[in-house]
Amino acid sequence: MSAAAAPIRAKRVLPGFSLSLGTTLLYVGLVILIPVVALVLKGAEIGPARFWAIVTAPRTLAALRVTLTAAAAATVFNAFYGLLMAWVLTRYDFPGKRILDALMDIPFALPTAVAGISLTALYSANGWFGAPLAGAGIELVYTLGGVILAMTFTSIPFVVRAIQPVLEDLDPALEQAAMTLGARPFAIFRRVVLPAILPAWLAGSTVAFARSLGEFGAVVFIAGNLPFKTEIAALLAFIRLEEYDYQGAAAIALVLLLFALILLVVSNLIQFRAARHLEAR
Amino acid sequence: MSTVALTHAPGQSRAVPRLLIGLAFALTAIFVVAPLAFIFWRAFAEGWAVYLKNIADPLVLHAIWLTTLVAVIVVPVNIAFGIAVAWAIARFRFPGRKLLMVLIEIPFSISPIIAGICYLLLYGRQGLLGPWLAAHDLKVMFALPGIVLVTMFVTAPFVVREVLPLMQAQGSEQEQAAVTLGARGWQVFSRVTLPNIRWALLYGAVLCTARAVGEFGGVSVVSGSIRGQTNTLPLQIELMFNDLNTTGAFAAASTLTVIALVVLVVKAALESRR
Repeated sequence: MSAAAAPIRAKRVLPGFSLSLGTTLLYVGLVILIPVVALVLKGAEIGPARFWAIVTAPRTLAALRVTLTAAAAATVFNAFYGLLMAWVLTRYDFPGKRILDALMDIPFALPTAVAGISLTALYSANGWFGAPLAGAGIELVYTLGGVILAMTFTSIPFVVRAIQPVLEDLDPALEQAAMTLGARPFAIFRRVVLPAILPAWLAGSTVAFARSLGEFGAVVFIAGNLPFKTEIAALLAFIRLEEYDYQGAAAIALVLLLFALILLVVSNLIQFRAARHLEAR
Repeated sequence: MSTVALTHAPGQSRAVPRLLIGLAFALTAIFVVAPLAFIFWRAFAEGWAVYLKNIADPLVLHAIWLTTLVAVIVVPVNIAFGIAVAWAIARFRFPGRKLLMVLIEIPFSISPIIAGICYLLLYGRQGLLGPWLAAHDLKVMFALPGIVLVTMFVTAPFVVREVLPLMQAQGSEQEQAAVTLGARGWQVFSRVTLPNIRWALLYGAVLCTARAVGEFGGVSVVSGSIRGQTNTLPLQIELMFNDLNTTGAFAAASTLTVIALVVLVVKAALESRR
């Protein structure tokens, strides 16, 4: 492939390799890696027995269960909402499209604490949505539903933004050909579109899930933070810190870090394999 | 021009596109627009006078000042870092390039709370560097340096994410031509690269700013939330909300929301230039 060969030639021509790579490594090392290593080293001081005791304590397990359940629910919702948005934004032209596209980045840009208080007030008994929902007997504030709602909001952009570029590159002629051959719309989607976007869809959903697992600012306000019911793992780690239980905080943080790193590797593997598959074709 | 017509042959029903577009608007209105609009509605619920009084609260003003200071330090550093990473990864091949791309995404996928705990375990009194810092009378945690460092960590990927894909897509032919014509390193960058990436760079910088001023989880671990000293604006908002000063909390929140709206505008401008 010529794209792979070009940068090698560029290496001889373009300046700034050591400067840019040096800056990058220094910054990644100081700001990202060393603090993460500090957590791992401090975590190693705890010892396996104590670590296991902290992680399998009923309150920790309950917090992990709440976090995983809510993050999974939020991710499933966003997988379909994100697919819908990506499809609509790349396949149709309509007034207000640009605004709709830009709105997808709002959860990235809106501070999580601001999102948190807004969602809480919006869905509380006297809020715009809370009042009619209460009439229907549905309560979201201080329930697992509220946790799911907050996680959903903050992870909205990930799936859309993962699928959008792939759909843009996918030649509509393929879909037209399938249609000419008599395939029905759903069959076209399943046989033509889905295989092309599946890696991006999975990778985007994985990142959305990782983000939901770690979400804090948006969740703490609406969750009510009742231990065993709506207390998320990130908050429990924070509570342990406030109790000066640094080992407890480090152990829970390590578990969350492990989840995050596994998900990061998974999403990169999905994308990497998809890229290799495309090159092979 | 209609893309609808492109994908759907004449005569075929347009009901499905209409339904999907309608559903997209409805869900976005409920899940994105409503929380955004509610902030301003609630902030002004008791009128302009109360709004201005809430903003002019000395604790709020101090929090705004501190938050601005943090952003003014963090954003330029992350812009420089973002450009350096994009230049190294998009223009050169070297071993460990893929790994580096994954490492840079770490702050994206880990909880800001974990970021805060990492920094606390490094620079805090119980931390790895704690005894050394104490011996030299340096205070990182529960002070400005800690807040700045955690914010840098959390916002590190934002500029890279916008600039790197663009530089990879554009390729390096123009830059190579400039070098061949005798341009020097900084000339190549400022005359060729920068004009090509400026909009993506601007968008990344705006996103980074929005994230920096809004950072909450990591900062709440390392700031110690000392009123009038280390309370950034999001922490001040939390304080007011928990004190049941809801209107005050939303007034303070509305200032941060304006930055989210700037993101919208820059993004729309960026799209129209494509």
